[in-house]
Amino acid sequence: MQNYVKLIVLGLITFFALICANYARDLAYLVNALTIALVAFGLFIWVLRRTDEPVYAPDLSGEYMDGVIRAGVIATALWGVVGFLAGTFIAFQLAFPQLNFEWSQGFLNFGRLRPLHTSAVIFAFGGNALIATSFYVVQRTTAARLWGGNLAWFVFWGFQLVIVLAATGYLLGATQGKEYAEPEWYVDWWLTIVWLAYLAIFVGTLVKRKEPHIYVANWFYLSFIITVAMLHVFNNLSIPVSVFGSKSVQVFSGVQDAMTQWWYGHNAVGFFLTAGFLGMMYYFVPKQAERPVYSYKLSIIHFWALIFIYIWAGPHHLHYTALPDWASTLGMVFSIVLWMPSWGGMINGLMTLSGAWDKLRTDPVIRMMVISIGFYGMSTFEGPMMSIRAVNSLSHYTDWTIGHVHSGALGWNGMITFGALYFLVPKLWNRERLYSLSMVSWHFWLATIGIILYAASMWVTGIMEGLMWREVDANGFLVNSFADTVAAKFPMYVVRGLGGVLYITGAIIMCYNLYMTVRRSPAVQSSHSAVPAE
Amino acid sequence: METYSLLRQFADSWMLLALFAFFIGVVIWVMRPGSSKTYADVADIPFRNEDTPAKERRKTSQEDVKNG
Repeated sequence: MQNYVKLIVLGLITFFALICANYARDLAYLVNALTIALVAFGLFIWVLRRTDEPVYAPDLSGEYMDGVIRAGVIATALWGVVGFLAGTFIAFQLAFPQLNFEWSQGFLNFGRLRPLHTSAVIFAFGGNALIATSFYVVQRTTAARLWGGNLAWFVFWGFQLVIVLAATGYLLGATQGKEYAEPEWYVDWWLTIVWLAYLAIFVGTLVKRKEPHIYVANWFYLSFIITVAMLHVFNNLSIPVSVFGSKSVQVFSGVQDAMTQWWYGHNAVGFFLTAGFLGMMYYFVPKQAERPVYSYKLSIIHFWALIFIYIWAGPHHLHYTALPDWASTLGMVFSIVLWMPSWGGMINGLMTLSGAWDKLRTDPVIRMMVISIGFYGMSTFEGPMMSIRAVNSLSHYTDWTIGHVHSGALGWNGMITFGALYFLVPKLWNRERLYSLSMVSWHFWLATIGIILYAASMWVTGIMEGLMWREVDANGFLVNSFADTVAAKFPMYVVRGLGGVLYITGAIIMCYNLYMTVRRSPAVQSSHSAVPAE
Repeated sequence: METYSLLRQFADSWMLLALFAFFIGVVIWVMRPGSSKTYADVADIPFRNEDTPAKERRKTSQEDVKNG
């Protein structure tokens, strides 16, 4: 019976998506409508083939729901490579503008690919990592199977659909022009539905928990899910120009819109890329180090301090704008106060290894996690410094900002995710160990050197360009034209691109290593390992 | 009084005090006597129930004490 309802709904979605495609006012909307029609029709066939067939439904309440997590791990690795590839390519587009090919103008030029890169790494790579690890962690720390059954699969596939719609939309020109919130209105609505289902699964699992205490990692994950829902809804309050077109108009305007955007933008960093990933840290670092977190008391204070302070830091993106001074001062002060919880969390993560520091020599996975916490500390030191108005007057609009973002994203988010993937794959596919630890070491060093090349070149070029922009001669005239700064940045752009190449090489090695971990039995590795010299 | 000024005044006074008091309250609550034992127990949560869900609800350390 349930299947008949599903068939009717899927049929109607296909039908209306095709109507929308017929009346589409722009190419992006047309392609997105056809994508939805195709997906709905595919699902229709899939459900149809299962209708009125005998249902095999064993009682799975005595097991964790791991299938959707396995899918999430695969999606994380694949989207990661796609996102890094897009980033490396646009890095070279900046160094060599010829790579903005004439034949692909309006589709694959820098302006179209840049949001594809940022959304792919933050939402596709980071988002899938967060959803997969949160499902893993919440089950293990509540000792309960995921609530909602197949709703978890809906969240997984629904989120992939968001990514595909957004990515094709960007290439074809559908964008709200809001950083990290580029997807247009219908993708926003769909994401809201998927996200509320995600929240329901997470809270539902917490409610039926068998452990009376909610472990601290779940607090971080829950705050990430709730806050992102709130940010997403408020920053995407817009009215579509037509139901048959992708264009929409924001409800807020002027400085209110700018403030809402950076309230969203900075808390995407604070709650998506920090709180969510701290949830990962508080579970996977203790697990890999095989010892409980250094101070549980500190972790609770860390949580509440982070929650109370981060939400106010957004205005530091709008120094020297139409935003009132008191608001930008507020943002600056809260950014600086953020030093304390950030470093408290960093110390808590690092000190979890106290008494087990020898593992750094023997276990490259823990090395990866430790360096990610190191980068967390470094970028949460750099960020508050850059939010100080005087520093910001030099750093803002320069490549220094891009370097800062990447030391956080590649170093902290990337490395902790890689560490979690190396932990998860053997567990989820019932393998004794990883296929090759030396490949993990290769990945570690390639990624680390890649980040260092990236961050160092962006510091140099950012400060250089900031100084060149403000340089005036004895008569008060500007010395440099904008094109002069672009020409001066060329060597650093090449170095940055090379850093990206190293980073993505490491990620590809990881994918191969994880694939072989699943394919080959662990005995393969021991027969190939070198005989110890004695 | 216009809405903005009213909300602004409230945010700058009572709400600020309430949020600050809540935060200080959390810090004091975390340091409460006997908390170390509880937290030592809950910090071990990641090392339990690795492979399968628990059959029944686990007792808290306080309940253990009460029931002997």
